[in-house]
Amino acid sequence: MSLDSKIPEGPIDQKWTKHKMDSKLINPANKRKFTVIVVGSGLAGGSAAASLSEMGYQVKCFCYQDSPRRAHSIAAQGGINAAKNYQNDGDSVNRLFYDTVKGGDFRSREANVHRLAEVSSNIIDQCTAQGVPFAREYGGLLDNRSFGGAQVSRTFYARGQTGQQLLIGCYQALQKEISKGGVEMHTRTEMMDVVLVDGHAKGIVVRNLVTGEISSHAADAVCLATGGYGNVFYLSTNAMGCNVTAAFKAYKRGAYIANPCYTQIHPTCIPVSGDYQSKLTLMSESLRNDGRIWVPVSKDDAEAIRDGNKKPEDIAEEDRDYYLERKYPSFGNLAPRDISSRAAKEVCDEGRGVASTGLGVYLDFKDAIERLGEDVIRARYGNLFQMYEKISGDNPYQTPMQIFPAVHYTMGGLWVDYNLQTTIPGLHCLGEANFSDHGANRLGASALMQGLADGYFVLPTTIANYLAGQKPGSINTKMDEFTQAEAIVKERIDKLININGTRTVDSFHKELGLLVWEQCGMARSKEGLEKALKRIPEIREEFWSTARIPGDADGVNTELEKAGRVADFLEFAEVMCTDALSREESCGGHFRLEYQFTEDSAEVKEGKTQPGEALRRDDEYAYVAAWEFNGVGIPPTLHKEDLEFENVHLAIRSYA
Amino acid sequence: MNLTLKVWRQKSVHDDGLIETYQAKDIPIEASFLEMLDIVNQRIIVDGGEPIHFDYDCREGICGQCSLTINGIPHSKERGVTACQLHMRKFKDGDTIWVEPFRAKAFPLQRDLMVDRSAFDRIIAAGGFIDIRTGSAQDANNLPVAKTRADAAMDAAACIGCGACVAACKNASAMLFVSAKAAHLNLLPQGAPEKDKRVLGMVRQMDAEGFGNCTNLYECEAVCPKEISTENIARLNRDYATALAKEATV
Amino acid sequence: MSSSTCSLCRFWQSSIGKKFVVALTGAYLVFFLAGHLVGNMLIYQSSEAFNHYAEFLHTMLHGWGIWIFRIIMLVALGLHILATIQLTSANRAARPSRYQVDATMVAPRSSRMMIWSGLTVLVFFVFHILHYTVRVQSDLHVLAEFKQNWAMTIAGFQNILVVLFYILAMGLLCSHLSHGVGSIFQTLGLRTKKTAKGIQFFSKAYSLIIFVGFISIPISVYFFGLGKKEMEETKAKVEAAIQAGLTELPDQDNAH
Repeated sequence: MSLDSKIPEGPIDQKWTKHKMDSKLINPANKRKFTVIVVGSGLAGGSAAASLSEMGYQVKCFCYQDSPRRAHSIAAQGGINAAKNYQNDGDSVNRLFYDTVKGGDFRSREANVHRLAEVSSNIIDQCTAQGVPFAREYGGLLDNRSFGGAQVSRTFYARGQTGQQLLIGCYQALQKEISKGGVEMHTRTEMMDVVLVDGHAKGIVVRNLVTGEISSHAADAVCLATGGYGNVFYLSTNAMGCNVTAAFKAYKRGAYIANPCYTQIHPTCIPVSGDYQSKLTLMSESLRNDGRIWVPVSKDDAEAIRDGNKKPEDIAEEDRDYYLERKYPSFGNLAPRDISSRAAKEVCDEGRGVASTGLGVYLDFKDAIERLGEDVIRARYGNLFQMYEKISGDNPYQTPMQIFPAVHYTMGGLWVDYNLQTTIPGLHCLGEANFSDHGANRLGASALMQGLADGYFVLPTTIANYLAGQKPGSINTKMDEFTQAEAIVKERIDKLININGTRTVDSFHKELGLLVWEQCGMARSKEGLEKALKRIPEIREEFWSTARIPGDADGVNTELEKAGRVADFLEFAEVMCTDALSREESCGGHFRLEYQFTEDSAEVKEGKTQPGEALRRDDEYAYVAAWEFNGVGIPPTLHKEDLEFENVHLAIRSYA
Repeated sequence: MNLTLKVWRQKSVHDDGLIETYQAKDIPIEASFLEMLDIVNQRIIVDGGEPIHFDYDCREGICGQCSLTINGIPHSKERGVTACQLHMRKFKDGDTIWVEPFRAKAFPLQRDLMVDRSAFDRIIAAGGFIDIRTGSAQDANNLPVAKTRADAAMDAAACIGCGACVAACKNASAMLFVSAKAAHLNLLPQGAPEKDKRVLGMVRQMDAEGFGNCTNLYECEAVCPKEISTENIARLNRDYATALAKEATV
Repeated sequence: MSSSTCSLCRFWQSSIGKKFVVALTGAYLVFFLAGHLVGNMLIYQSSEAFNHYAEFLHTMLHGWGIWIFRIIMLVALGLHILATIQLTSANRAARPSRYQVDATMVAPRSSRMMIWSGLTVLVFFVFHILHYTVRVQSDLHVLAEFKQNWAMTIAGFQNILVVLFYILAMGLLCSHLSHGVGSIFQTLGLRTKKTAKGIQFFSKAYSLIIFVGFISIPISVYFFGLGKKEMEETKAKVEAAIQAGLTELPDQDNAH
């Protein structure tokens, strides 16, 4: 199948307007005859479900959590971008568009990014009207802060819990629609499969996580808003329940997965302290506004710190290496995430890391406290400092924080066209689960923006292009396709329950996670990826023969839930590594050791970049890699969607 | 460190529950409380048993899904934390720790330490929102909000809906939750048009769910991981009386 | 809960409405206690002042005043008790399975035993009415007939058991008030973060004043012999008057 991105014709700033004009409409009396399934209730899913219901569609929404309000969008701390230019600092839709394309290392679709920048302002208006308590100035107007990868202040925030406040706004809209009868909500319900009728996505099979019951739901279209796959690494900043299952089932039914190798490693997380650890905690990137990142200049000092013989305070100013400020003087500590993360890895690889494991760097607020006073810092970051102290036991007002990069966000996901439809007709994908807007790297405060853009403004418009061609209500769950899909789901559950091995599901997940972290994490190589691709099927084999899933499938069984998700990660990891292996260049979150600038590169000599920076190969790799499923253990087929850059000039991404 | 755990086990809402004793050996003090339970569970599974079921998701104190009563106090006696943010360094070697679910009639038990808090969702559906259709909003800066007011709304909005307030209340009252959710919206000018409807709807749904009544013990405030103030309850009492008076007369 | 549409019924049926009733009736009772205490303090001034005050209470508004007051008082008390009993039973029902470990963070014991302190005070209230208002004890009855309320009060506290019960009941009343007074502010929506500390202080101070004020009388009378001599003289005078077939004391001039 060839990939048709359905990008509208015309100048970039008119594509979305034109597309809205050209999109099909469904009259209000007919809308209520259509049922739309939305899987996931985070910012993308929740906002889509609420908006579709407001428009008159019948919506069924599903989430695995005990309430739609708990989706992991809630954990975003820092903020949400919008091209409002309230600060009069030269921001515009065009600049947000440019920053996002550049931040994504020129691997995103221009038309999608421009649309995102266009609707960003509407999101702020919508959320403010919903009562999201964004930070305000004394004059009563909205406040902004700056974020990584941008030189303007365009980030709106609600203390350290912007994600929670936006999600609550969206959840309240969803509850409002539930009370009006437009949305039927299914909590503690996990999607187990997509059901295709005549090649179109027409329903899903779900498992009730409380009773264990398997059931089907039919609809006229299905939307997946099921988040990213960061938990393939086991340790990540994602919630424990985040998983790839829904997207992966869609992949196995014929949807393509695009760019799975683009994973974002967030630079400011609390370092790992032991193998018991279940997740990593992110400290908002906003900390980098006032904190300075450093490690000791000398290895000896670093070692003394690791052994507890020296404290950070003992290191004199001239013995500290503020490496981000040194390497990237104009962006300094606010360099984009991929660059900051890799720089931290480099200094730790040099033996200058500071945490007890050697995998940590300092984030120091001493200067900011001296400059602004402790009260100002407390007002800005009080809750983050408190959180850090709870976890680490250290007081960041007195001693620098220790941070280290951790898996945070996945730019890859299901391939979608401009209408957010996957390669399966009727199956749409929103938010982090799709691949569309962030290219190879996502800028800070853009995830919330994209999730809400998709859910509030894009999908509700574009879904009509599909639905208008459908006969509503023509599908029911008595159809063979549903009974067959249910049978497959039940069979798989039976198989899991009956493995009766000796190893816990978590031990497999940890093993897989460590493998992909080492071989497909912050730095990748052909050799490492091939190693991983050899090892993953072995782990999968061991899983299916020696895993132990206690209990039965009737009723609550969290081990069974985990097992199903880990089984999917064990298949998905192979696709991710295959993608990383096939992309022989470095870009954004994908850094291939073989492809970096060296002392000898012409660009380095010309002063355009520095040794060790990512070497992109635009001539060969300026495409979206969309993978088609061929069977478990069989290499997937690559389909390419060429990326055209007509409005942003392809350049070496420089933050110097 | 080594600990003795006394854990509430109950297969489902239809079965009887009981306390079972587990030994948690060699627990690293850096581990979080939930990671300690993970370690115990891994051993139970390897030994052929069924793990202790408990709710969790984000493990960073914001999703509100974890719901353990630790030594009789929801989220433990540490102030301003959820169970997932509680670290084992707060305990002593050899301690005996009692772990129970959040107990309330309105939170029916699902398994072991997991409960059903959908009553909270129904309270929100009964009025805890601002009815603004997608796409119909004016420019965000057209309606200035005094910073003090916006901050007060944010203080209330910090609620993560975990239900610890109900679990800690001697009467299993949901007033802190309901009042915080109502205050968040009632304090903002955007929420003003629906204020009375909201307050009446939410309080009536709260009563219908079978929560107890507030007797001003302030236990809720003490266990709230986001330290939401009980002044919200006073505000809700006032707003409810006003709304009811208006309903009866205007 | 029935889906009544009558606003007053809805108010009563809602948890907040019922608490409003508790708070408003509680506030009335709190004011009453303050008035009662101020009146009682006249006992230290002189028998004339005290008797004069008693006479005033019985004759204000041509004698209607005290009855109006008593009826309001009984209605308030009745509503207060009815609402709290209903609230308490709903509260019990809201947690059918109890915690194995019952721990408390901040709530003082007084706040958690309101129903018990309240019911004990109710028993005391009945006793107090029988003691000093209905006067089932014949010598007190006689003293009151002769408008010797001061002497009646002193005479009533000559029994150690009575005195101890008064002290116990006032202790529980103090406990009840130390939570109750502050709760009135919270329930009526008058407590804020900034005033919380002040209200708590006021609540404790008020209940302590009520406690000390009220128990000072039985203690002074029984343990320090306050007014015993004068009371016995009055008693003798009353007996003499009865023997003489009079209905009031001959030298009585407190009406002037």
